[in-house]
Amino acid sequence: MKKLAALLLFVGMTAVSFAQDGKKLPSVQIKDVQGKTISTADLNNDGKPMVINFWATWCGPCKTELNTINDVYVDWVDETGVKIVAISIDDTRSASRVQPYVNTKGWEYEIYIDSNKEFFQAMGGVTPPLSLLIDGEGNIVYTHNGYSPGDEDELYEEILKLVE
Amino acid sequence: MNTKYRITLKRRLLLGALASFLFVEVTAQNNDQDYGQIHGNVSVTMQQYNEDTLINAAVPDPGTAMNAFTNLLYTRGNFRAGIRYESYLNRLEGYPQEFSGTGLGYRFASFTNEELDITVGNFYDQFGNGLILRSYQEPTLGIDNAMDGIKVKVKAYKGVYIKGLYGKMRVGFDGGLINSDGIVRGLDGEVSLNELFDKKLEASKHRINLGGSFVSKFQRDEDPDLVLPENVGSWAYRLNYNVGGYSFNAEYAEKINDPSFDNGYIYKPGKALLINTAYSTKGFGIVLDYKYNDNMSYRVNRDAKLTNALIGFLPALTRPHTYNLAATLYPYAVQLNGEVAYQGNISYQFKRGSKIGGKYGMTLSLNYSVAWGLDSTINHNSSNPRYGYEANFLVPGEERYFQDFNVQLERKFNKNLKVSLMYLNFIYNNDINQGARDNNGTEVHGNIHANIYIADVKYKIDRKNSINAQLQVLTTGKVDDHGTEKLEHQGHWATAILEYTRSPHWFVAILDQYNFANPENIYRIHYLLGSVGYINGGNRLTVSYGKQRAGLFCVGGVCRTVPASNGVTVTLSSTF
Repeated sequence: MKKLAALLLFVGMTAVSFAQDGKKLPSVQIKDVQGKTISTADLNNDGKPMVINFWATWCGPCKTELNTINDVYVDWVDETGVKIVAISIDDTRSASRVQPYVNTKGWEYEIYIDSNKEFFQAMGGVTPPLSLLIDGEGNIVYTHNGYSPGDEDELYEEILKLVE
Repeated sequence: MNTKYRITLKRRLLLGALASFLFVEVTAQNNDQDYGQIHGNVSVTMQQYNEDTLINAAVPDPGTAMNAFTNLLYTRGNFRAGIRYESYLNRLEGYPQEFSGTGLGYRFASFTNEELDITVGNFYDQFGNGLILRSYQEPTLGIDNAMDGIKVKVKAYKGVYIKGLYGKMRVGFDGGLINSDGIVRGLDGEVSLNELFDKKLEASKHRINLGGSFVSKFQRDEDPDLVLPENVGSWAYRLNYNVGGYSFNAEYAEKINDPSFDNGYIYKPGKALLINTAYSTKGFGIVLDYKYNDNMSYRVNRDAKLTNALIGFLPALTRPHTYNLAATLYPYAVQLNGEVAYQGNISYQFKRGSKIGGKYGMTLSLNYSVAWGLDSTINHNSSNPRYGYEANFLVPGEERYFQDFNVQLERKFNKNLKVSLMYLNFIYNNDINQGARDNNGTEVHGNIHANIYIADVKYKIDRKNSINAQLQVLTTGKVDDHGTEKLEHQGHWATAILEYTRSPHWFVAILDQYNFANPENIYRIHYLLGSVGYINGGNRLTVSYGKQRAGLFCVGGVCRTVPASNGVTVTLSSTF
């Protein structure tokens, strides 16, 4: 226990003592739908707002949410330049179904697979869907867990606040 | 015996450490300098129990139970660290018995840059598809096989990724982390040919990744009778190929002999093959999966049972269902000792504006999956009497473990109305899946045949208010040779759900699960459950009251049995 507390102290102090410009998203390896490994620290939208949405093919509300937003996504992009990054937390059991599902529904999002939920957990996720709105500097400015019809309007209002 | 890390709280020191975290957070908000970010979550589930003899709901001592955990994760530039505080006071009824007490269950620190990623303490990871190594957490089910040791990931060369790990594995929690006696060591390499030969292949439409891994576990042999292997090695090779909308993903794994409780302490080696292929284009997708598993249960403790101490992960090749009756009554559980499974999935989007598709289009999905036992013969070779059996590689046997055929239609009729209809047909081998018993301990032999019909209507009243109504009916039974229909197990069930949501903050739901055609009259019970929820950003609070049926609770193909209960449940979760 002492060791742990010491470790934490060390962490806190190191953090304060050496400043450096860092990417703000934690660096975890995830894959794109073609199996290419990328680091989550590299996720960005050139200074414009970005939404990271964690979903799964077995999660009904997640699919409802992303299908609903897909209908208006073109307008959102036109009006605010926002990018939605949809990260599936499907594991080996259902990961092969991600790309066919995305294609069937014609989603225009950037898609990744976080099949052992390491990025999801690093972002504090408990249950999907989880939406995180990231501003141009990489700060998380809005978090929403779960989905009810109409929630997309609130998300969009938050996105608008960032571009006004 | 397991090594136990008891947390003897040096509270002041811990608080000091936490305060240094908070200090970082506060200064981060008041200063232009980057002091990093703190994220994490809190999740609390409390349940109060009432006695209800009719549904077999007991009241544990002290009448209430609570599972809770809090993760604190700190990120600053390339540096990350975190802890998880867990409480099981006492654990919820039905939660695995390996969880009790309150204390720290997870702590780590890691450093990452372009080439290197080092983690010390606890971590999760997966090699390839996870067949020989998957360390992960599923808190709703009580699965947590976190590693505790060191992990190094290296980007050795462009397109070449190597990771190595060495440590113990979490096998329980009792006021603190309980690690395995045994040790797990692993090495995994993956090569992206397109990145490696970027001059030639960068622009190629063909994407190829190759991978290989080796895992070894060490566990002392303390068996008085058997000579057990103390080091058990396993290895796997994988290929991932994509071109256009086509993908092919295969992994083959082997393991040396590994006598265990699962396999009855036989000395046969194990092997597994997993293949996923898919093709999709706009509006259409098809997936075909195949899995062969022969004796690939791989645990850090050879005597462990159920979901405890597993190193490898063997996925169920069935569609993960979410509708109440389909998900909880007869869900398939993976058979670690051996199975041969197939799955096919087709989805098709009827175009917008077409006659069938209507203004918004309509989606049709078809799914079929089946799992068989191995085609095996008992080994009579006297030179190695404990070899167990011989199995025909890749070939299914004669005993069917599970079959699921389902079809779903989803159509949006107008801006506000969405309807989904689904039909499912299960053949569920209860001898295999539940050991010829049910959740109440009653003997149930042979196959259960179930048909499930689901109608799900979502109606958006206005911008903020909407209603979801579901009606689900499950019938069991089969027409016998004499043309009479015979009920199976608990007969027919129906579930009705009515949910009202007011975005973005509120929901109210009522669920009635009714065993309307139980063969015995007194068990024709309504399981009524009401819930109210409040959501604000990353925070959710739900309060439910009512009866919950004994049954299987599954997430992502792994299930645990939940006993019947009657009482109040409060869940709070917060992501920050």
